[in-house]
This record gives sequence, C-alpha cells and structure tokens, in this order.
Amino acid sequence: MVPLSWYLTLSAALFNIGLFGVLARRNAVAILLGIELMLNAVNINLVAFWRYGDPTVITGQVFAIIVFAVAAAEVAVGLALIISVYRNRSTVIANDIDMLKW
Amino acid sequence: MATETLIWLIPLPPLLAFFLIILFTNKNKALSHWVGVGAAALSWLGSMIVFIRALKVEHLGQHPFHSAINWLPTADTWLKIGVLIDPVGAATLFFVAWTIFMIFIYSVGYQNYGQPEGDHDIKGLPPHGATVIDPNGHKHKVPSIEPMYSRFFAFLGLFACGMYTLVVSDNLLTMFIGWEIMGLCSYLLIGFWYGKESARNAAIKAFMTTRIGDVFMLLGIAFLYTATGTLSFRTIFSEEVLRALATTPAFFGFSAAGAIGLLLFIGTVGKSAQWPLHVWLPDAMEGPTPVSAMIHAATMVSAGVYAVIRMFPLITADFSGQGLTPTMSIIAFIGAFTALFAATIAVAQNDIKRVLAYSTISQLGYMIAALGIGAYVAGAFHLVTHAFFKALLFLGSGSVIHGMEHGVLHTGDHNTDPQDMFNMGGLRRKMPITFWTFLIGGFALSGFPILTAGFWSKDEILADAFGHGHLVVFIVLALAALLTAFYTMRQISLTFLGEPRTKAAEHAQETTWTMTVPLIILAVFAISYGWVGIPENFPIIGGLIPNWFHEFVGSTLAEIPEGVGFNIVPLVTSLCVALGGLFLGWLVYHNVKTDASDPLKKPLGPIHTLLKKKYYFDEIYDFLFVKPAYWIAETLVSKWMDNGVIDGILHGIAWVGSHLGTLLRNYIDAPVVNGFGDLVGEGTKKIGASMRPIQSGRIQYYMLTSLVVLIVVGGLLYYLLVLA
Amino acid sequence: MDFMQIIFLLCAALILGAALMVVTTRNMIHAALWLIATLFGVAILYVLLNAGFLAVVQVVIYIGAIAILFIFAVMLTRREMRDQGPQLNNGWWMAVLISLLSFGGLFLLFTNWSGFGKMMVNIPAGTDTLRELGSALVSPNAFVIPFEVASVLLLAALIGAVYVSFRGK
Repeated sequence: MVPLSWYLTLSAALFNIGLFGVLARRNAVAILLGIELMLNAVNINLVAFWRYGDPTVITGQVFAIIVFAVAAAEVAVGLALIISVYRNRSTVIANDIDMLKW
Repeated sequence: MATETLIWLIPLPPLLAFFLIILFTNKNKALSHWVGVGAAALSWLGSMIVFIRALKVEHLGQHPFHSAINWLPTADTWLKIGVLIDPVGAATLFFVAWTIFMIFIYSVGYQNYGQPEGDHDIKGLPPHGATVIDPNGHKHKVPSIEPMYSRFFAFLGLFACGMYTLVVSDNLLTMFIGWEIMGLCSYLLIGFWYGKESARNAAIKAFMTTRIGDVFMLLGIAFLYTATGTLSFRTIFSEEVLRALATTPAFFGFSAAGAIGLLLFIGTVGKSAQWPLHVWLPDAMEGPTPVSAMIHAATMVSAGVYAVIRMFPLITADFSGQGLTPTMSIIAFIGAFTALFAATIAVAQNDIKRVLAYSTISQLGYMIAALGIGAYVAGAFHLVTHAFFKALLFLGSGSVIHGMEHGVLHTGDHNTDPQDMFNMGGLRRKMPITFWTFLIGGFALSGFPILTAGFWSKDEILADAFGHGHLVVFIVLALAALLTAFYTMRQISLTFLGEPRTKAAEHAQETTWTMTVPLIILAVFAISYGWVGIPENFPIIGGLIPNWFHEFVGSTLAEIPEGVGFNIVPLVTSLCVALGGLFLGWLVYHNVKTDASDPLKKPLGPIHTLLKKKYYFDEIYDFLFVKPAYWIAETLVSKWMDNGVIDGILHGIAWVGSHLGTLLRNYIDAPVVNGFGDLVGEGTKKIGASMRPIQSGRIQYYMLTSLVVLIVVGGLLYYLLVLA
Repeated sequence: MDFMQIIFLLCAALILGAALMVVTTRNMIHAALWLIATLFGVAILYVLLNAGFLAVVQVVIYIGAIAILFIFAVMLTRREMRDQGPQLNNGWWMAVLISLLSFGGLFLLFTNWSGFGKMMVNIPAGTDTLRELGSALVSPNAFVIPFEVASVLLLAALIGAVYVSFRGK
C-alpha cells in the first residue's frame, strides 16, 4: 500500500519544482507554467489528504474543484496580461517588465 | 588797611589778571595789557606800602609782619600757612615789585603794541613784519604786533603771582607752590612761540632740568616735616628746633640740618641754573626778551637764591664760625665753580642774549658762593643789585634786538640774525637811550667802582671771602670778575661802539617810550641802590651814608652778622679786575670790522671752540640722560612693554580666542552639530536611496526576497518554538 | 513492493520528470507540451486516489483548456520562431537553493507529523463520492456559496481577460 508520506513527498517535490520554475525562468509564460505546477502540487496534496483522512467527508474534493476554477481564472487573466504587455513592450522577459518600480 | 592783610593781597592782582585775560579779554589786546599792567601796578603799590611800613618798624627782624591761618588738619594739630615780611623779605619784595612792574610796561612796547597786524603772522611763531604803504606810495615793512599778545600778559601775570607768593610766604609749602607756579610759567613762556621747534625743546629742557632740582627740594621739605612736624619758618628757625636739627645725625655724616639744607639747595641748583643743572638757562633765551628778563634776572633765578637766603639759619645751624660745614662747603664750591665756569663760556658767545644768560649763571654763582661761605648780607645785597642791573641789561638787549629787527625789515635782509653781536656795531648813535642805560647796566655788572651798585655788592662778597680766609673762593671769584668785565665790555663794544657792520645795523632805530622808560628807571636803581650798602669802614666815603642794608637785612637773622673788617687787598683786587677787564675788552673788540671773525678765535684756538660749545655739556647730558630716557620711553616701555607685552598679551588672548573659535567651529560645530543635523537628513535620504533598488519592479526578485525571508523566519520560529 | 506502489512510482517519475523538463527546457512549445505530460501524470494519480471525477476534470480543464491556452500565449508572444538566449535568469542558483531549502523544510515538517505514515483507509461500500461531491457543491448546508463565488470569479476573470487584451479600434 502506498503510504501517505509518498504522496506528500511527491507533492512537495512538485511544488518546489514549480517554485524553481517561477523564480528562475526568464520568460513570463514560463513563470505561469511554474505556477501551474505549484497549483497541481497543492491539488495532489488536497486529494491525498481527502483519501487518507475520512473519504466520506467530501470537503477535500470540493476544495480541489475550487482550486481548479481559480487556477483557470488566474491563467486566463495572467496570459491576457502577458499578451497585453507583449503588445506594448514587445517583450516577455520578466526582468524587463520593471515599470512598477521607484 | 592792616599790613598783614595787604601782604595777603599782594599776590592776588596778577592772578586775577591771568584769569581775566584768559577768560574774558583775550580778543582785545589793549584791554588785556591794561589788565596786566594794572595788576602789576596794584601789586607794586601794595609792595611799596608794605615796604615803607616795614622800614618804619623798629627791629623788624624780631617783629616781622606775620599772619598765619590753620589750613590743613593733621590729626590733633594744624598745618598753618601764612605770610611773613621780615627785613630780607621786605628788601626782596621791593626789587621784585619794581622789576615786575617795569617788565610789564616794557612788554607793551616789546610786543609791538600799536603796530599793524602782520602780513602772514601765525600764532605760535614770532611776528614777521607788516607791509605799510606810506603817503608817497612806498611800501615798506615794519614790525608787526604779536598775534598772541593777550596770552603773553596772562602768563606774565601768573608768573608774577607765583613770585609774589614765594616772597611773602611764611612756610615752605606755599613757597614751594610759588616755586612750582614759576616753573610752569617758565615752561609756558619759554615755549611761548610754540611753532618753533627750538622753543618747544627749550621749554621742555627747562622744565625737566628744574624738575630734577625740585624733586630733591621736595625730599628736603618732607625730611624737614618729618623731623620737626612743621613747615613754618618762624617755628623752624627757633633756637630749639635748629639746635635739635643740628645735633641729629642724618646720612653720610651730615647732620639733619645739613642734610635738609643740602636737599633744599639742590632745588636751588636747578632753579638758579648752577652747575650741573645749568643747561636750561641759555636755551631759555628762546622766549621773548621780557620773559628772559623776568625769569633770569628779576624773579625765577632770584627765587632760588632767595630760598637759600631764607633757609640760611638752617644751613648754618651747625656752623660755628670756624670752618665750613660740609653743606656749606658744597654750596660754596658749586657757587664759585659755576661763577668761573659760566664766565668762561660767556666770553665765546655771539648771541647778545646768550652772553647775558651765562652772565646770569655766573652772577648767581657769586651769590651762592657768598652764602656758602656765610656772607649772608653780601649775598642778599648782590641778589638785589643784580636783579636791577640784569633786568636792565636784558631789557636793553631786547631794545637792541628790536632796533636791529627794524633794520632787518627795512633792508629786507632776512639772512641777518638780529641777535648776533657780530652783525651789530655803531648802535650808540642810532639808539642813544638804549646805549647809555645798557652802559650803566654793563658797568654795574662789571663792578665799576663807586658809581655803580654792582661794585658795592661784589666788593662786599670778595671782602667777605678774603676776610674769613676762604682764599680759594676769593681767587676764583676774582678771576670770574675779571672775565665778567671782559665779556661785558666785549658785548658793549661789539654792539654799540665802532661802526655798523651790516646794513641792518645801519638802519636800526630807537624804540618806543614804553620800552625806554623802564630802562631809564632801572638804570637809576642800578646806580643808586649800591649806595645803601656802603660798608662803614670803607676809606673816605665809608660812614657818610649809614650802611642801612647791612643793618636792615642783617637783622633778619637771630643776631646781626658782623661786618668784616676793612682790608685793602680785596678792594685793590676788585678795582683791578673790574677796570682791567673793561679796558682789555675795549682793547680787543672796539675795532672789529664787518664779516670779521672773533679776534679771540685764533689765539685761543681749540679752547675757543670748547668755550663756544659750552664745554659740550649739552651733548654729554644728551648722551647720558636724554637719549637713554627716550630709549626707555620709546623702546623699552612703548615698544617692548606696551606694544610687546601688554598688546602682546591682548593679541595673544585674541589669537587664542579666535583660534579656539575656529577650532570649535571646525571640529565641533561643523562636523558634530551640523553633521548630526545633516546626518539625520542625509542619512535618511541615503538609507532610502540604498533601499530603493529593492523595489526593482522585477517580480521574480520580489518573490525570491520574500521566500528567503520566509524561510529564515520560518526556520527561526521552528527552532524557537518547536525545538527549544 | 506492491503493485500499487509500482504504479505510483512510475507515475511519480513521470510527473517529476516532466515537471523538470517544463522548467528547464528552452523551447517554450516544448515546455507547454511537457506541462501536458505532467498534467496527465497528475490525472493518473487522481485515479489512483479514487477521485475519478477529478481525473477527468483535470484532463478536460487543465489539459484541454489551460495547456492550450498556454500554447496560444506562447505563440502570440514570440518575436521570432526560435527561442533565443538563456532561459534561466541571473539568480537561478538562488532559486535552486531556495527550492531545495523549501523542500527540505517541508519534508522536515512532514516527518515530524504523527500521521505521516498513514495508510489508505477503505472507502465504505456503497458510498458514491461523485454524488456526494455534486450535492456538496450545491447544498446550502455545504459549499454552494464557494461554488457560486467561484463562478463569479470566473466571470470576472473572463471580463478582465477580455478587457485587458482588448485592442480597441
């Protein structure tokens, strides 16, 4: 049987890989990819805890559903923003989008 | 009015005249001289009244006119001041009053009253002449009136007040006050023409030199007061006090009386221009001639001798009649030495007033010598006669100078010194009154026998010297008399005899009545005064007229001194030296031509130069005293102490202050105080600026930062809360 | 080693491997495709966890919509056809460090948790998780409000996305 710890470790690793992607990639779209990975890791975590806790209480899944919705909304808006910025600045390099500074 | 009250009032009119002229009548020349002459006349009148009354008193010596008041409270006693007229005082008052009065009248003419104002006369310089246009249209220069006319009379008034105060005093304090007033006035009057540098220097010299004498005199007065507790003459000259002073020893082997006498005598050395303090008197000729007459004949120098005469009982307190006391020896020595010393210098002087100046010094030496050997009456007698004939000679020389100046102005030859005798000559024809009166005065000075007063007084001194066995003094004085006659005749010959040597002398003319009348009056006294002092035992004429002077003045002392017995030697000596000197003088000098040099120059050679340069005493004193004094004043005190030390300290304090201020400013104020303020502001800005780049606008950077912080804080919390 | 464990390990390997490729590959299209792979792996995992509905939703929504959206975005934001230059920024080593630290920290936290080695429990027979999920989502006692809010959120996102990228005429 697969212990819970394996799922948790997996989700932690996936989360951190996603974190690395967020922090280290130049392309703004790649950053969003990383964020997706992180969200997926969270989802795994939620579902694992649902299954290994009390499966009759459906709250875990509900939470996961909501996360799906939020992730979708966030990706949509984020990509729309990136495209809009791309139209104005002709760049998607995150480092170059630094207008909101001192 | 009581005589005592009159005596109190005698010094007042001239003092009032001084104040009136200075304060009120300064601008009005005529009013000023009326005030001045009027005051002198009042004092003269008072003096004559007092004198005549004094003559009438029996034994004036024991009952002099005396009045004293309590003046200065000193614990449980009073210092009294007052007036005293005893016989010698009366005799002095007589000649002082006459000479002062004559000089005042003379000054009116001398200062050219009535003449127009000068073309370019400046106050402070002698008047220079005015141009007048006569009816024909000719322009010529005449003497101009003195611009500071009123001031002159004011100062003369103050001077007269000082002298009268000195004469009528009954105590040393007011006598000293009068003494000092005259010292001040001599400074003011010698430096009357203050625009001339030589006059200024002469005034300072006179004041300084007499001051040296005055310091010692003041010491003597202080000594006397400490020893006796009083300054009144009557108290001091009482038997007990004199004996006490005579027996108390003081320093250097002198008795108290001798020491005090010596100190007081030093005052006289200064005031009467004896060697070594003689240097001021010739230079004092810078003043106008009436001043010279006043100071050097009638009053100031006489005051010195008068002081010795007054203090005679004190000086001779330990004199027993045999052998002179140390004080008296010193006095006699200085007197005799000065007499000869000054006479030698006078032989080589060319300025008419200088000759008279040295002559005065010499004659004062005679008087001092006489007093030094104890010849009280002789000294007093010579004082009186000298006052008359010296005043006469000075005023006469003033008249000559005036006549010469007239000639100088007339010819326009300003290179001729009107005072140089070698520019004169033949003036007997041009200025007859001046000539005859001057001749009388000159003969009196030389001691021309019988007729002139000088003969009687001088002969008495020589007789006293010989008769009491002071042979050295006798010989010295006789030599001096020879030289006196010589240079006097030299002076008369050069000035009046022969032919005029310069154009100026040719155009000289006689002076106004205000100048010649005093000359005549004084000439009368110069002749006749001698006859009141003919010794009783003189051959032929002795005894015809009683020796009033001896009786009268001698009675001032506790016991009338004995007249010395008659001896043919001094008489013959005195005749020889007088007549011989006069003849020699006439011989050498009656025929000096224009531009010729002094006939004595070649025979005497370098000695003549030595005499002409007054034995270089002025140069010696300058080197020994004047230059060091200037050095001390200018360098030591002014430069080193005042500028160096005191100013240095001040500058040092200022330097320290300013540097401290700069230091504080640069090291505390600016960096710390300002810096702190700046630090707060700039620091905030810098911190802000250094932290600003954190907000770089790069989101990944933000995330990194926040994650790092999260991890660190999380780890910390985990460690603290879970593990600990 | 259990059959389930093997499946799980294979699945985990897929997920992690594909995730690594997502964050390291240079080509953005490739990154998006690798993302699809990762998402597939996660779907498989959901199946293993008896959350079949979620697996399907994962495939349909995530892969079918979101990943496609990513591919669209990648295509719309390329200046040229090839990706050039480095794809990691300057601070990438710090990112590695942080990731590792974070992983280590999380792992530490897990291991100290008592329920770390828990085993799967049996679902009681007759429980229909799907029906339960459905009723929970619409039941006023349960989660209808988050459900509705989520739909409002989607609406807002929709409008926002359109507005942001609207190129007016």
